[in-house]
Amino acid sequence: MAQKTVQLRVKRQDGPGARPRWEHFEVPHAPGKNVISCLIDIARKPVTLEGRETTPVQWDCACLEEVCGACTMLVNGKPQQSCSSLVDNLEQPIELAPLTKFPVVRDLVVDRQKMFKNLERFRAWVPIDGTYPMGEGPLLSAEDQQVRYNRSRCMTCACCMEVCPQINGRSDFVGPAVIGQVEFFNLHPSGPEEMGKRLEEMMGTGGIHECGNAQNCVAACPKEIDLTDAIAEVGRQVTIFAVKKFLHSS
Amino acid sequence: MAKQRIIVVGGGLAGLMTTIKIAEMGVAVDLFSIVPVKRSHSVCAQGGINAAKDQQGQGDHPDIHLDDTIYGGDFLANQTPVKTMCDAAPQIIDLLSRMGVPFNRTPEGFLDFRRFGGTLHNRTAFAGATTGQQLLYALDEQVRRFEVAGLVTKYESWEFLSLIRDEDDGRVIGITAICNPDMSIHHFAADAVHICTGGPGIIFGKSTNSYINTGAAASRCYQQGAAYANGEFIQVHPTTIPGEDKLRLMSESARGEGGRVWVPKDGKPWYFLEERYPKYGNLVPRDIATREIFSVCVEEGLGLDGKNQVYLDLSHLDETFLNRRLGGIMEIYEKFAGDDPRKTPMRIFPGVHYSMGGMWVDFEQQTHIPGLFAVGEVEYQYHGANRLGANSLLSCIFGGMVAGPKSIEYINGLKRSADDVAPSAFAAEQNRQIEVFDDIYRMTGKENPYDLGDEMGEWMTNNCTIVRHNDKLAATDEKLVELLERWENVGVNDASRVYNQYVLRTRQLKDMLQLARVICLGALRRDESRGAHFKPDFPERDDENWLKTTMARHTPEGPSLEYEVVDTSIIKPRPRVYSKS
Ligand SMILES: Cc1cc2nc3c(=O)[nH]c(=O)nc-3n(C[C@H](O)[C@H](O)[C@H](O)COP(=O)(O)OP(=O)(O)OC[C@H]3O[C@@H](n4cnc5c(N)ncnc54)[C@H](O)[C@@H]3O)c2cc1C
Repeated sequence: MAQKTVQLRVKRQDGPGARPRWEHFEVPHAPGKNVISCLIDIARKPVTLEGRETTPVQWDCACLEEVCGACTMLVNGKPQQSCSSLVDNLEQPIELAPLTKFPVVRDLVVDRQKMFKNLERFRAWVPIDGTYPMGEGPLLSAEDQQVRYNRSRCMTCACCMEVCPQINGRSDFVGPAVIGQVEFFNLHPSGPEEMGKRLEEMMGTGGIHECGNAQNCVAACPKEIDLTDAIAEVGRQVTIFAVKKFLHSS
Repeated sequence: MAKQRIIVVGGGLAGLMTTIKIAEMGVAVDLFSIVPVKRSHSVCAQGGINAAKDQQGQGDHPDIHLDDTIYGGDFLANQTPVKTMCDAAPQIIDLLSRMGVPFNRTPEGFLDFRRFGGTLHNRTAFAGATTGQQLLYALDEQVRRFEVAGLVTKYESWEFLSLIRDEDDGRVIGITAICNPDMSIHHFAADAVHICTGGPGIIFGKSTNSYINTGAAASRCYQQGAAYANGEFIQVHPTTIPGEDKLRLMSESARGEGGRVWVPKDGKPWYFLEERYPKYGNLVPRDIATREIFSVCVEEGLGLDGKNQVYLDLSHLDETFLNRRLGGIMEIYEKFAGDDPRKTPMRIFPGVHYSMGGMWVDFEQQTHIPGLFAVGEVEYQYHGANRLGANSLLSCIFGGMVAGPKSIEYINGLKRSADDVAPSAFAAEQNRQIEVFDDIYRMTGKENPYDLGDEMGEWMTNNCTIVRHNDKLAATDEKLVELLERWENVGVNDASRVYNQYVLRTRQLKDMLQLARVICLGALRRDESRGAHFKPDFPERDDENWLKTTMARHTPEGPSLEYEVVDTSIIKPRPRVYSKS
């Protein structure tokens, strides 16, 4: 009996700015196999389907269970984590390509630092006084905890950025992920002052007004974060903040 | 003296807490990590973090936490640091809560606590079933604050390669590291270096660990003179789902919330843990649960469909309850195994999970190399011969709270800063590392690091985990030596100087093999059974001969083993029997 195999088409790019090309591979099938196991098989023996020797495909990964966000790529055109992309659920040849909204480092590896920079810009932290013992933190209702927990599962994976039409060469939109984080921190009982700073920033370049309400983000989020709710809530907070600011300045 | 800096290698919970403590005291930190720190392996932690806050009227106390931890670890852990950790735990939870970790709450809005293995108290704070992720993010956010304030500089996508030591007094004065995007190798000066690089699970091929948990960084320090302690103590977690690329954990919290382990026997469910351990039931410590599952499957032949699998059953519990408290792991099971654990029992089997052993450190987290500290899973200090669930996140964070300030004390006492050392010392080590990589790029043999790694993993898993026999351990060490020879025959098929994982893995593999020998030989030598280390030929714990810490030192011929007495100053060792009440 012929051994079952998996076929893949992979978009290769040797380095930043290099010209992309496609390569075709075939690797052994196994029950429960995921895309990452296929990439490891390619690395063992980097030969294309046509029998041409090539280099191992480069990709990023860490946790292998869809909590770290590292291995996001386009799998058959859809942004998702390659660890939880099981080959039996995918049409073949499986097409792998790097995310398109970030600079390519090599092959399937992209540089998502701008998402971390966004977290800096929007002060995505609780401004604690220090790490010394100061007693318990604030009480929080179980209901608010559930909302905060939902937002807190964002693994900066970039699926929402990839599908957002507003993130393109012509706009500076910061994207849905960080807006979810702004809501997350604004929900924390401490620091209304920080909230003001976040909202002020949200009114600046690439802020929430750039959202075109396409709602692709919420569908693409692998952690089912209610991104559209978060955007609506932060939008509301920005409006109130702007009105108050206007009243105070007059 | 020039302005002093401290290097932290690793941005999991241990590295981030260390960084926060140092930056908070006003000293600048250079923080290195293979992946962006927010993607560190700590995100995987599911079940929770322990602290005896006694919020449920059960009479819990840090002293009971201490006793559970020492007893659970079969008396191999030094007791003084474990006591300090257990005493500090309630304040650590408060701190994390202040940082905004969305811990599950009681109806009134207080922190909720659940049960975990090896204790009779509800001591584990949790955020759904993704506690590690939530804790890591909270620390990551605080580090980002210090980054914006200019106190922390991150080097993400950089891999630590070696220590730089002062020629005169041997103290650490910096590191070399490779920048993955362009494969360039650099040196960095620092007056103290913290190694917070996590566990070595990938040495066993498949484990519950992340792909990057090779143990290579610890091995490199060991090969440069740091001692590696209790390497033979490897925790095999009782409940993981088998996978092609990794074993995915089904957290102990599943049993903490009421999950039951069983196999069909005579047409009926047999809850063998509950029957054999009436008091602790499904929540016996991991080493014990693992050996029971192993014996039910392998010795009694009762595994599901003749396979090495048993049921972990949540299907009798309420769905909303499950979603709120265990949602994260149920998603994992659904995604990777395809069934809904709310409705059908999960199929699980033991898998390599955690290393109790690690770099030797003193009670201030410092290694034998002056100025070199180690924190987190990479060090050996808190868990003895078997770690209790939800104690690791605690030890990572607590260790960082000790190591950060201690390293500042240390640098304040120095007479000369690393900046005063002649630049040639740094350049020499940098050049040595450049040569190591140039040699790898020139390799033209027939082997590849992935197949060699699989072979290492199979041998280590088969012979150096749940049940250990001296003849097989000896054969495994021979195999490891053979693999080290075959490593010389790897062929590198990728000359690229951009993000070359193949070359990086080749380099890591050699270091993994060196560390695998430490694990294997430590096990071979220890002729007793204690915690996770079980030898049928020596089934009893032997305090007279073996109540001691293994310390491996690197020599060109391989590991040389020495032993050190264990601090039992607080609790007198007693037999460990969970079956009796
Ligand atoms: C699936 C799973 C679930 C778990 N659940 C729990 C739980 O519920 N409760 C609990 O207490 N424990 C749990 N544990 C254990 C716990 O998660 C780990 O022991 C702990 O997170 C280790 O943290 P760390 O900071 O020491 O290392 P890690 O989080 O592994 O971080 C290591 C860091 O070092 C970096 N690094 C590694 N090598 C290098 C190098 N050469 N150069 C530069 N950087 C490097 C990495 O990039 C990373 O930033 C679990 C473990 C697993 C696998």
